Amino acid sequence: MHYEWDFGFLWQYRGLIGIGIAYTVGFTLLTSVLGFLAGAVIALGRIAGRPWMAAPLVALMEVFRCTPVLVQLVWIYYALPVLVGVELSPAAAAVITLSLYGGAFYAEIIRGGIRGVEPGQWDAGRALGMTRAKLMRSVVLPQALRRMVPPLVNQTILQLKNTSLVSTLAVPDLLYQGQLITSATYRPLEVYTMVAVVYFAILLPLTQLARLLETRPSRVAA
Amino acid sequence: MVAVRGLRKRFGRLDVLKGIDLRVPRGGAVALIGPSGSGKSTLLRCINLLDTPDAGSVRVGDRRLDFDGRRRLPPDREMAAFRARAGMVFQGFNLFPHMSVIDNVMSGPVVVKGVKRDVARPMALSLLDRVGLAGKAGDHPASLSGGQKQRVAIARALAMEPEVMLFDEATSALDPKLVGEVLAVIRDLARGGMTTVLVTHEMAFARDVADRVAFMRDGVVVEEGPARQVIEDPREPATRTFLGHFHGGRSAPAAP
Repeated sequence: MHYEWDFGFLWQYRGLIGIGIAYTVGFTLLTSVLGFLAGAVIALGRIAGRPWMAAPLVALMEVFRCTPVLVQLVWIYYALPVLVGVELSPAAAAVITLSLYGGAFYAEIIRGGIRGVEPGQWDAGRALGMTRAKLMRSVVLPQALRRMVPPLVNQTILQLKNTSLVSTLAVPDLLYQGQLITSATYRPLEVYTMVAVVYFAILLPLTQLARLLETRPSRVAA
Repeated sequence: MVAVRGLRKRFGRLDVLKGIDLRVPRGGAVALIGPSGSGKSTLLRCINLLDTPDAGSVRVGDRRLDFDGRRRLPPDREMAAFRARAGMVFQGFNLFPHMSVIDNVMSGPVVVKGVKRDVARPMALSLLDRVGLAGKAGDHPASLSGGQKQRVAIARALAMEPEVMLFDEATSALDPKLVGEVLAVIRDLARGGMTTVLVTHEMAFARDVADRVAFMRDGVVVEEGPARQVIEDPREPATRTFLGHFHGGRSAPAAP
């Protein structure tokens, strides 16, 4: 089988590709931050809140953990507006979905990180007279965050890859721009190779960072 | 100064404290002795509300909290303020590993009382000096020996200027060689007039440092009296049996 590879034509689409990368990275940053906040609310609500507070948070989390993100995306874009009577732009639907989907996983990472802090640390902070909020801020979270960083980086890597699904709603991310270029040039092999290489080039440094954080010796508990 | 009345605590189906009365006058030192599982540590944790009593009352200084199981617990802020009046030292040190030694000592004043760091620092340094560790201010807890960690923990508790110090088996996790340096600090504190409640397996130490000793078994105080009398000439057979294991009060640490 013979195929003439020719990547040269991609240069003329650099503008489109640049927009695609910007959307992909932008959606990742936005939905990671919002997802982390959603996850923090869910995790802290479960740890510190009353049972009536925790139950709906857990339910929401399990819905997003146990359904495919593509199904969520389509459902929130088409079905949610019918339920609540508010029109959603594709970008808004994408941000909501990816933030909540990421939040469901971030929540478990955050909860695990907090639960991983030794009970003696809570005792020591409380014995000094710290209120719950001060104990969290000064003693528990600084130690928990350190443990959470590697899994948070990993989840954020998944988060970036999941942004490729927003192309199904015609949000112009990297994959969607690739589809546009393909339909204009009929050269899917080069286009999707380029798309894969760009994702790889963005994510490889992140995975290396995650590995570095995992292997760094953690301080022995005092 | 510290007064516990009718204190009860159960964990699930286990009755850990079955109505404890205990008084420690200002400047007094009381040692709680007894076998493992007798409720000594739970009593100490209830005085500091780390475990919430089911019934009875706890008074530290002029503040008293009553518990009857049905009433709602006091709000978090009030419980925290109550705890701030008692300093606690744990068997496992529980220093904050993400802070330097000086930051550990400053954490109470800075975080709880909102004292400015540059005001808290000289005070923390003088406390570290008092426990013989001024030179370790900038170190991290992980680099300290067990005895040093425990002395930092004592300085951290003292930084809150507590009305009473609670020691929960403060030397039980230490290498025997390091027990002495920690006991010396506790002895100086108690002799210096700090109101003290200590749970200990060091009978000789309890006799030397405490004014009074309470022997606990199965969630009750079996015998309470002057330290020398309880340890050297106990009235209750149960106390005598327990102390028999210690060969009349040797100073080596016993198994926890």
